[in-house]
Amino acid sequence: MAEQNKENPESLSRRKFIQNAGFTVGGLAVGGIIGSLIPKEKKTETKVSQQKSEDFNQALMYFTPEQYQVVDAATERIFPEDDHGPGAKALGVAFFIDHQLSGNWGFNAREYMQAPFFRGEKVQGYQGRLNRRDIFDIGIREMQNHSQAVYKKDFTELSGDEQDAVLKDFEADKVDITTISPNGFFQMLRSVTLEGAYSDPLYGGNKNMDGWKMKNYPGSQMAYADIIDKDFKVVKPQSLKSHMTH
Amino acid sequence: MARKLPKVDVVIIGVGWAGGIIASELTKKGLKVVGLERGKERKTEDYFMVHDELRYALRYELMQDLSKETITFRGNEKVRALPMRQYGSFLLGDGLGGSGVHWNGQTFRFLPYDFEIYSKTVERYGKNKIPADMALQDWGIKYDQLEPYYDRFEKLAGISGEENPLAGKRSDKYPTPPMKKSPAMEMFEKVTKQMKLHPYMMPSANLSESYKNPDGIQRAACQYCGYCERFGCEYGAKADPVVTVIPVANKTGNFEIRTHSNVRRILKTGDKVTGVMYTDVTTGEDIEQPADIVVLTSYVFNNIRLLLMSDVGKPYDPNTGTGVIGKNYAYQVIKGNAVGFFDDKEFNTFAGAGALGMVVDDYNGDNFDHSNLNFIHGGMISLSQTGLRPIQNNPVPGGKPTWGKEFKANSVKYANRFLSVASQGSSMPFKRHYLDLDPSYKDAYGDPLIRITFDFEEQDRQMAKFLATKCTDILKGMGPNHIDSMKDLGPYDITTYQSTHNTGGVIMGADPATSAVNNYLQMWDVDNLFVVGASAFPHNSGYNPTDTVGALAYRAAEGILKYRDQGGQVV
Ligand SMILES: Cc1cc2nc3c(=O)[nH]c(=O)nc-3n(C[C@H](O)[C@H](O)[C@H](O)COP(=O)(O)OP(=O)(O)OC[C@H]3O[C@@H](n4cnc5c(N)ncnc54)[C@H](O)[C@@H]3O)c2cc1C
Ligand code: SF4
Repeated sequence: MAEQNKENPESLSRRKFIQNAGFTVGGLAVGGIIGSLIPKEKKTETKVSQQKSEDFNQALMYFTPEQYQVVDAATERIFPEDDHGPGAKALGVAFFIDHQLSGNWGFNAREYMQAPFFRGEKVQGYQGRLNRRDIFDIGIREMQNHSQAVYKKDFTELSGDEQDAVLKDFEADKVDITTISPNGFFQMLRSVTLEGAYSDPLYGGNKNMDGWKMKNYPGSQMAYADIIDKDFKVVKPQSLKSHMTH
Repeated sequence: MARKLPKVDVVIIGVGWAGGIIASELTKKGLKVVGLERGKERKTEDYFMVHDELRYALRYELMQDLSKETITFRGNEKVRALPMRQYGSFLLGDGLGGSGVHWNGQTFRFLPYDFEIYSKTVERYGKNKIPADMALQDWGIKYDQLEPYYDRFEKLAGISGEENPLAGKRSDKYPTPPMKKSPAMEMFEKVTKQMKLHPYMMPSANLSESYKNPDGIQRAACQYCGYCERFGCEYGAKADPVVTVIPVANKTGNFEIRTHSNVRRILKTGDKVTGVMYTDVTTGEDIEQPADIVVLTSYVFNNIRLLLMSDVGKPYDPNTGTGVIGKNYAYQVIKGNAVGFFDDKEFNTFAGAGALGMVVDDYNGDNFDHSNLNFIHGGMISLSQTGLRPIQNNPVPGGKPTWGKEFKANSVKYANRFLSVASQGSSMPFKRHYLDLDPSYKDAYGDPLIRITFDFEEQDRQMAKFLATKCTDILKGMGPNHIDSMKDLGPYDITTYQSTHNTGGVIMGADPATSAVNNYLQMWDVDNLFVVGASAFPHNSGYNPTDTVGALAYRAAEGILKYRDQGGQVV
């Protein structure tokens, strides 16, 4: 152990995983995901990176096109493009949210959803019977309704300032909805926007790791033992994908 | 009818730190032990893709599935308790290793004062210092008695640290030297020294160098990867039960782990327990596992829930103050903090380790005079560097917008330009803070959920305010351009993460009338049942709990061996 530690920790970890799992090249038949853990030849790697491939991830799993457009516009107001770099739109945040809603998170699958339901105190947390899919369906529709009521236009047709005003009304619970909490919906939209901007690109947001680059966040590195006691230094970001191809 | 299996020497309910330690100690001595764990198997190889903030920190990959089981909560008895439907205040462990897999590894001993808190408080300030509704009591054990067990746990885990000048005496130094010091920690050290405080390196289970423990288990050094709290360690550097005690127990050939085994009842005949009934969650089958000795190590909530559901021990009644099961539920007062924003300094705060930090204990325990203060005890104050990940860390100076153009500009600007000085306040027990069975909400098997009745009290509000002021003073010396600090503690809120440091409910003591277990964590009422974990704490100190849980587990293991040899109460 002590000796192994002197090596570059990155290569140590990769090899260790492979060794521990017992997948030796030339021994067992390797395939599937496990096969890709084995270091590839340099040649193949350059070949792969030269091919410019389409982003097949950018299609909808849950939203209707209209819902997608409303969310795309709203999240861009929450996290707009500026001099620092791209906003929610360019980072793929609305696709991220769509993909999240399609799975466990959208169904509140790992949360307690048993009856009876009572309105609780704020400190007792969410007590509704609706799951996140329901809340997004209602929230988006009510954003459209509110836009129509105030401006006689769809949310997507509003100016930036008008869109902000609609969002502020939701944030301040100034929209009259009985089924969901406007503020609760707004807070969920805000936090899932940040998730989309900064989660690993494997989930469909943080496109190109541009969210991380803006913040000088290095993403997934194997080790910081060499820099932990040093002054700030920009480290080139890396995503989980790099663990698959090395 | 449950299928009945052959009897074993010992059955352990839940295989986290407490269960793992007991298993390794007993199997080494030749006892046949079965460990029942409701969750799944875990191993280091699981963490190949662990640097994933969304999956592990925000979707709680490693934690208990709340759709199957949760807790209910109310601030006081006038309110209807409602289920914690989503995670917030604390995160419950699940699967082999329990929370030990995704803890930080901050490994503190409690102060000598903690164990004799009632006597010491009365001695120094008089009886009137203790509010009438506070259920303060001594632990029935002294620091010096527990010290050898602390030493054993620290050697097992390989704790990296240096002497804390304000703590109890140590019989030996930490097994490994302290972790590396980041520039931010150096700033904290310099300022606190100038203020004549006593900074020291946080004792860490992350391992400053590779280490071989007394059981012969060897582990690699920490890489400061920044994905520690809420994550498993892909290097096996962080001490957790899966890479320390469990393999030791397995190697003896005397340990059988059954995962996916949800224990639902402890079985009792007369004044002895006879085993447990559990459900194999993969088949739905109910199975009875008889045993000579039962060890309950399923964390605070289920320790109490299982006792109450099984009719073992006398339930606590807050109206009369009698009974013991569920009594003295306490937590941690963690919000007394200050955050400093630096316009022209940037830090490597994306890097870090779960237990990397510097600490002062000048305002912890009774290390300072409380004569003119409206609270007792206090808390540690630290600057820690646990790795700031980008989704969960977007602070902006107070009063600034939290979304939109200005928010984005500020949150991007300050991403690597803020530091927190934080306190970890103790939590005193109160007569009306307790745990019992919820009358209406059920788990996936139809069993009642545990109900928490708890809120912050004047003690907590005063202490948090005091500690926030001290944090601010330290931070000022570090020279930020702007400081935000806690103004008011507010009510206890289940929706925001504070800590998974829940304590009490099956507390230890010297008197069976006021405690549930003796100082070997053996039930007073039932000689062959040991209840191990932070459930034994009569109050919670101004530190993280696990060093004390580990020490008590070692002591309990010794008690179990004593019981096997001589029977009866071992004290
Ligand atoms: C994010 C996080 C960070 C933390 N950081 C620190 C820290 O830095 N320092 C510190 O001191 N502490 C820390 N803690 C707390 C620490 O993890 C716990 O104190 C410790 O792990 C408790 O060990 P335990 O064995 O008592 O319980 P657990 O680890 O909770 O183990 C209990 C086990 O019992 C099982 N179980 C429960 N009910 C049943 C049942 N009915 N049938 C079968 N099995 C069951 C569970 O699945 C679990 O595996 C942290 C906790 C968390 C969540
Ligand atoms: S910070 Fe260190 S101990 Fe924690 S997970 Fe990373 S390498 Fe392991």
